[in-house]
Amino acid sequence: MNEILDKLFTFDGTAELLGQPFVRNALLAAALLGLVAGVLAPLIVARGMGFAVHGTSELAFTGGAAALLLGVSVSIGAVAGSVLAGLVFGLLGLRQRERDSVIGVVLAFGLGLGVLLLALYPGRASNKFGLLTGSIVSVDSTNLWVLVIVTLLVLATMAVVYRPLLFASTDAEVAVARGVPVRLLSPLFAVLIALVTALAVPIVGAILVLSVTIIPGAAAARITASPLVATILAVVIAEVALVGGTILSLAPGLPISGYVATIAFLGYLACRLVGRARGQVRTG
Amino acid sequence: MTRPHTADGREPAAVELRGATVRFGTRTLWEGLDLEIPGGEFVAVLGPNGSGKTTLLRVLLGLQPVQAGEVLVDGHHVRRGGEGIGYIPQQKAIPEDVPLRARDLVGLGLDGHHLGLGLRGRRDRARRVDEALAAVGATGYAGAPVGRLSGGEQQRLRVAQALVGDPRVLLCDEPLLSLDLAHQRTVSRLIDERRRTAGTAVLFVTHEINPILPLVDRVLYLVDGRFRFGTPDEVMTSETLSELYRTDVEVLRVRERLVVVGVEASGHCHGADGAVLPAEESVTP
Repeated sequence: MNEILDKLFTFDGTAELLGQPFVRNALLAAALLGLVAGVLAPLIVARGMGFAVHGTSELAFTGGAAALLLGVSVSIGAVAGSVLAGLVFGLLGLRQRERDSVIGVVLAFGLGLGVLLLALYPGRASNKFGLLTGSIVSVDSTNLWVLVIVTLLVLATMAVVYRPLLFASTDAEVAVARGVPVRLLSPLFAVLIALVTALAVPIVGAILVLSVTIIPGAAAARITASPLVATILAVVIAEVALVGGTILSLAPGLPISGYVATIAFLGYLACRLVGRARGQVRTG
Repeated sequence: MTRPHTADGREPAAVELRGATVRFGTRTLWEGLDLEIPGGEFVAVLGPNGSGKTTLLRVLLGLQPVQAGEVLVDGHHVRRGGEGIGYIPQQKAIPEDVPLRARDLVGLGLDGHHLGLGLRGRRDRARRVDEALAAVGATGYAGAPVGRLSGGEQQRLRVAQALVGDPRVLLCDEPLLSLDLAHQRTVSRLIDERRRTAGTAVLFVTHEINPILPLVDRVLYLVDGRFRFGTPDEVMTSETLSELYRTDVEVLRVRERLVVVGVEASGHCHGADGAVLPAEESVTP
């Protein structure tokens, strides 16, 4: 038991590793991802898109696997897969049942296809495993540039459409009446999610994208109904989980996704407890 | 905001329809509808289900094009997202987990349809939201999550949300539905106050005229593409309604209330206050 704990939590050589360029790249990537994931998370939760995000990340995995096999950049494959999935999901109506079933169908097919593509890939196994569980070595300087550009793109788009998007996500009927193009914002937001998902897949892995795109938003929602405070809180939780998870994973040399998901989950539990303690007292 | 003036220098009507016609496929909802509603007037829009009451609101919101005629709000042709219009939807419980505080819901009514972060003018925005909250007596729960408030409190916020933009016209789609009598009175009193002090014209779609009867200046009654526009005394008579419905309809005055007999079959009812009536199609298609 102690052996396992020692293996999970060791800081032998963490200091030296922090000096390595690839580790600094990974930390920077984690910080950028935390920023965009945290900004999107409260709206993903408000729109009830958890399952759609999961489906999108599995399609990013399919795209990444196809890219591996074809010998092109995994990032490009992941972006192609997730944007395609995001558009399909974004164009679906808001009828919950239909949306859920279509996502389930696409997700299952995409995952199956991805497994098949990986099996056909003759290269190193760690590349395959990395797509599912994430890996900090996946971040080289090219990927970092892609990450920077996508981060700026997502943040700039959010700065422009945030208010109508919040309106459409929380009060659709009045938003429509006031002329908000609700039907246009849906696929647009889905594409933003897809971009962030595609960035997250190589780092935290396809299975655990939810840990950075849902948990921070769900946690913040337990504490506050203020959109601004929720966004700040979600960014903080996502940053702590991603940067903290990266650092913790260094010395053990284990996938970062487990650390990230655990930290984010603990943050969620803490927020639930605080929310419950305060929820007894109704404001007003 | 400067308002366009007509040639003789008068302010334009808050709402003006000239020969407005709406068709869905081969079915004509109404044809040649002429309306002129000055600022400050309270108009009740009545009629059975499917007579186009909600469609009229959609036309004024610029969501539904007319096949013929003109539609002007405050002297401007309507367009989607145009300024000068406030909208109160049917009372529906806001889900408990909606991540908005009361003041956020009202703020969205002010500028939620605008692009950009709106960082400039934040102080002015906060002041206007505070004023709107105070006007409906919601200051006490301005910071509360909207989903945790009662139906009556939520509907007060809907009034504030619709009025915070200082609209020339207020469109209400059965805003009293499923509210209890006390809250019905509060909400209609708030709307009435506004049109008297700020000269906002009110179009009030309802199945149930009695709760608002003392406030109503004129009634627009729609039935199967036919319509009548006039004061309650002109429109709410056995003769006029029989003509509109093309069947024998009797309108009785029982104390200060109107009871319409003979049209229950069409889903129309002027029964007891607060009766739960079938919800009509809402603005979202």
